[in-house]
Amino acid sequence: MTIPNISFGPFDLVAVAPYVALGLMLATVLLAVPVLTWFERVTLGLIHDRLGPNRVGPRGLLQPIADGIKLFFKEDILPSNVDRRIFYLAPAISMMPPLVAAALIPLGDFRVDMGGGQTRPLTLVAADINVGILWVLGLASLQVYGLILGGWSSNNKYSLLGALRSSAQAISYELALSLGVLMAVLMSHSMSLVQIVQSQTGGIMHWNILGLFPFGLVAAGVYAIAAVAETNRAPFDLPEAESELVAGYQTEYSSMKFAIFFMSEYAAVVIGSCVAVVLWLGGWDPIHPVLGFIPGPLWFAGKVLLLIFAFVWVRSTLPRFRYDQLMRFGWMRLLPVALVALMLAAAMSAYRTDPSAGSRIPPKPEKPKPLMGGTQSL
Amino acid sequence: MHAYLTAAMFTLMGFAFVASTLLLSRLLRPSAPNPDKLETYECGPLPVGDAWQQFNMHYYLFALLFVVFDVEAAFLYPWAVAYKQVGLYAVVEMILFVGLLGFGWAYAWRRKALEWD
Repeated sequence: MTIPNISFGPFDLVAVAPYVALGLMLATVLLAVPVLTWFERVTLGLIHDRLGPNRVGPRGLLQPIADGIKLFFKEDILPSNVDRRIFYLAPAISMMPPLVAAALIPLGDFRVDMGGGQTRPLTLVAADINVGILWVLGLASLQVYGLILGGWSSNNKYSLLGALRSSAQAISYELALSLGVLMAVLMSHSMSLVQIVQSQTGGIMHWNILGLFPFGLVAAGVYAIAAVAETNRAPFDLPEAESELVAGYQTEYSSMKFAIFFMSEYAAVVIGSCVAVVLWLGGWDPIHPVLGFIPGPLWFAGKVLLLIFAFVWVRSTLPRFRYDQLMRFGWMRLLPVALVALMLAAAMSAYRTDPSAGSRIPPKPEKPKPLMGGTQSL
Repeated sequence: MHAYLTAAMFTLMGFAFVASTLLLSRLLRPSAPNPDKLETYECGPLPVGDAWQQFNMHYYLFALLFVVFDVEAAFLYPWAVAYKQVGLYAVVEMILFVGLLGFGWAYAWRRKALEWD
């Protein structure tokens, strides 16, 4: 899509774009949290065939604001046995990774009309790091520190158990997550999020989810399951299983410190969905090139919303795992499936491009054709 | 380098965001602590001893296995970017590498290290 160049004082659109993307993503992640809590409750209400929030504001839209104000005015209880410094640090650590990961999400791709028939490419992204996907995975594994430090510093048995469960779960599913992501890297030959999206342009048939069929689909499924587990949401919400562990690592947290844990979970859902769209669903690429007149960022937002709805849908449909089932599923099903799919996909793709490329055995020379119709004529 | 600077800026913003919300709520909220309220909450009964003590050994097993497989995944990333240039040879090499680790994984399975009981 070509857009005219607008100048902002001494800067033109190309120079301003990273800051626009930065502001957009930061606003999305922070504002998405209140909107998401409303969206989740309304959707759960629909699925459960009940009303959901409908008292505060039209259709209950102001409910998250009311909740936020309530949390600001709540008394903050700092139990006397906690390790204070770590107790304060933990929510901050868990809030950070989704915010930093937001800087890497590419939102759209334009061509800027520079005048005189010249155009320049412009990608709406705050930070295009060439090993972006590794960066995102590293941040995802940092998030577990927030939970385990929060649980440990609380000096509460329920919190400690929740934190231990959480860290064991997170590292188990992180393996599956990184192997799922690896498939997308394999198909796009790049670790930069922008290049991964660019390699999928051209409609739904070029998206990674349908690439190297059926292995793209398998890896996307592995990623989806692992992402739900990494964000500690139902059916993988064992760290805070309220019927067993009171509230897990959050038991001793109250007021705003609790709210920050709560927000970090939703922010992680948003970022997990964004990364899934980038890796598997073609990012800002329209479903068919015919629909290219709709701006890329809108496509991106639409796909992300769809995935967030799926997060809520899964939560309302599936019961919680038992802990032994959780570990068995992660290590004995998800991990081997991801690894085998990866190896088969690599073999398939290498075979497709050039069956003899790189093999050490030189191709057999063709047999010289018999000159006079073969030997049987003699 | 510019991209990393932006990412670092986001880190600072994250800390600033958390610090400012905590500060704002400190200005707004009431504070009325008393010894009973500040007790560790374990559903009513008085807590017995610290929570900072020994816990199930099995968690360490998973941590060990995680390190092995995470390093494997880290090795696979550069391979996934570059294997097209190397061709079939790279695929065979990687299947051997993953297969070797697969033995370790099967051993852990046989020794019931992956089971939770």
